[in-house]
Amino acid sequence: MSPKRPEGVLKAVKQVRGGVHVSHHKNTAEMQVVRITPPQKIVLPMQQHIGAPCEPVVKVGDIVCVGQVVGDTDKFVSAPIHSSVSGKVVAVGDVNLPSGVVTKGVTIESDGEMRQYEGIKPPVVETREDFIRAVRESGLVGLGGAGFPTHVKLAFPKEKNIDTLIINAAECEPYITVDYRECLENSKNIIGGIQLLQKWLEIPNVIIAIEDNKPKAFKALQEIAGEFKVKDNVKLMTLKSVYPQGAEKMMVQSATGRRVPPGKLPADVGCVVMNVASAAFIGRYMRTGRPLVSRSMTVDGSAIREPKNVRVPIGTSIQEIIDFCGGFKEEPEKILSGGPMMGMAVFSTDVPMIKSNNAILAFAKGDAELKTERDCIRCGRCAAACPMSLMPTLIERYAKIGDVESLNRIGINVCMECGSCAYSCPAGKPLVQYMRLAKSVVREAAKK
Amino acid sequence: MSLDKKLMVSASPHDHSKDTVTRIMLDVVIALVPSLIAATILFGANTILLSAISVGTCVLTEYVCRIVMKRHQTIGDLSAVVTGLLIAFNIPVSMPIWMLILGDVFAIVVVKQMFGGIGMNFLNPALAARIMLIASFPTEMGKWNKPFFWKAEVATTASPLAGIKEIFRSGEINSSSFSDLPSLKDMLLGIRAGSLGEVCAVALIAGLIYLLARKVIKITIPLSFVGSFAVIMLIAGKFNLTFLAYQLLSGGLLLGAIFMATDYTTSPINFKGQVVFGIGCGVITALIRLFGNLPEGVSFAIILMNILVPHIENLTTPKPFGTVKEKKKKAGSEG
Repeated sequence: MSPKRPEGVLKAVKQVRGGVHVSHHKNTAEMQVVRITPPQKIVLPMQQHIGAPCEPVVKVGDIVCVGQVVGDTDKFVSAPIHSSVSGKVVAVGDVNLPSGVVTKGVTIESDGEMRQYEGIKPPVVETREDFIRAVRESGLVGLGGAGFPTHVKLAFPKEKNIDTLIINAAECEPYITVDYRECLENSKNIIGGIQLLQKWLEIPNVIIAIEDNKPKAFKALQEIAGEFKVKDNVKLMTLKSVYPQGAEKMMVQSATGRRVPPGKLPADVGCVVMNVASAAFIGRYMRTGRPLVSRSMTVDGSAIREPKNVRVPIGTSIQEIIDFCGGFKEEPEKILSGGPMMGMAVFSTDVPMIKSNNAILAFAKGDAELKTERDCIRCGRCAAACPMSLMPTLIERYAKIGDVESLNRIGINVCMECGSCAYSCPAGKPLVQYMRLAKSVVREAAKK
Repeated sequence: MSLDKKLMVSASPHDHSKDTVTRIMLDVVIALVPSLIAATILFGANTILLSAISVGTCVLTEYVCRIVMKRHQTIGDLSAVVTGLLIAFNIPVSMPIWMLILGDVFAIVVVKQMFGGIGMNFLNPALAARIMLIASFPTEMGKWNKPFFWKAEVATTASPLAGIKEIFRSGEINSSSFSDLPSLKDMLLGIRAGSLGEVCAVALIAGLIYLLARKVIKITIPLSFVGSFAVIMLIAGKFNLTFLAYQLLSGGLLLGAIFMATDYTTSPINFKGQVVFGIGCGVITALIRLFGNLPEGVSFAIILMNILVPHIENLTTPKPFGTVKEKKKKAGSEG
């Protein structure tokens, strides 16, 4: 499985604690990303990222083109939203996010021509500020799944002394293979992205990190790293394949041995972590000026007839994407937006996919079963699996009795909801749900 | 086109390991089978009868308890089977059946269900039952049949532990001291007096290997338990290895260290806590064996440490990710 580590390739400085060995199901790994038939209608929710929602800047009846801004805000932690088709705005109003949350949204009927917005041109970048502004204007949010506006991550103050840029190609979630395909198919843009990030942010070291179970992508990345000069300090690192290796704090620990303190960001320990697809997007955007109007995603799962990796205009409905992949082969019991470990079960296929959505997985009945919840036997598998050294079983108990003091003491807010505890629980406890309960108990108490 | 049926919505993760409580308990039962076979060979078919009665009583008691308490049924998780087997393993073959049944009912009703059932008891039910039986029926609990006693002229004998204690008290530990005891080979195979399940070291170690291979338990507790016990015995026995070997192979040390001290519910969850717990068990066992009036200390040691588990856990809970470093940093910047 794991290739022999060639010279010059780094290994993890510090291993991830705990974690779980999930079955990978990377069925779509060898499938090239294909463009889906352009949708006839798209729905663009104004909240596709962590932070402040955008306000629609178009009104019903407006004609828009691909790449034209339809939603923006002057808040810093946010990212503008662009139309992904050309056509007419038919509705501005409340729409459902895949999570069921209602937000403002713009519905656009496509004229089928996919005309580009004439304002699209490569951004002119002369300073660091220009670069960060350009990234904001591109509408980029973390493509790995979290959806944090990228320009916020890059706008770290000088005194943070950022010394390492980590390009995250771990992709530890089962099923999802879009980052893998990105490494194989988009190396030119990855190189371009890294060069620009390094140049404008003045980061001396770059570490491209990948799990050791992806030899082909490893080779591609090796070639990418080889394109750089020695003084650029771009190194490749192989990591043990264990879930959640790709989580931001785990990445920082593996790559540098540093631990991000609770409530802090990687920048506080001198690192910026960026998903490989995000880096590639920056490379392409700075060349072409085409904002984030489409993304790659994996469509897979036991209920999908033809699993595929697809390139999808943002705002396409999940149903249309599934139809493009041959529709359902069996009646789906559960449909996920994202991977099986941290993804979200959607309530309907009539919701749009958004920028941070890297997969759609549909499972037939037998594959979506939940374990019956039983009493905790204190076996300790949850605590052993927790990469953040927490005690999920204790957290559950404290949350149920509302013991806020104990919850804070044992560090509930460090939990990133990776699901390793619930995955390994033999009593079938929905521990992630309990972690969220505990967090809300703490939040409520803080309000009082 | 929309779906006719409603989709299932649940919190992540959407994939789960195959582990279940029932499977874990089944593994423990499987790990106990070699000892059961060994005991049947050594002490006869009565072993099977006692074990079956004990398991049956435990399961039935738990079944009735859950109904009376109006709680969901838990006999399917097989934990009552494990308790029943372990209680049978902790009594001599000559034990009257009604006393055994009393022990079973005590373990399930008083120790386990009254505190909330599986996962909530703070003492190991089987050990608590054993101690209750020792306190109530010291004669019956101290009457040891020889292995293959149906062939022997004198059926009963002293447990090797009593002999070892005398050797230690006399202070004369040399190669001739052990002549009255069964040979070490017999000790290893279980051809000696003792409770049903504790005698055959080979079978117990086979069970340990199975549990480790199935990742049901970690080696932490058995190793720190037996290890700390061995260190003390090595010093007490003036570095006489024969003395150490007899101490390790006699009494219920291996049964306790492998199957009782590792009980999930009554032992700490974290590595550090498990080490402290194991060492505590080892030290207390050694002290009782050397200086106490009772011949055996394993059950008391484990029960005492069971009671301390909440405190051990409070003191050994690991710091959440990143907090340790912050402290060190502070200390570093101040110094």
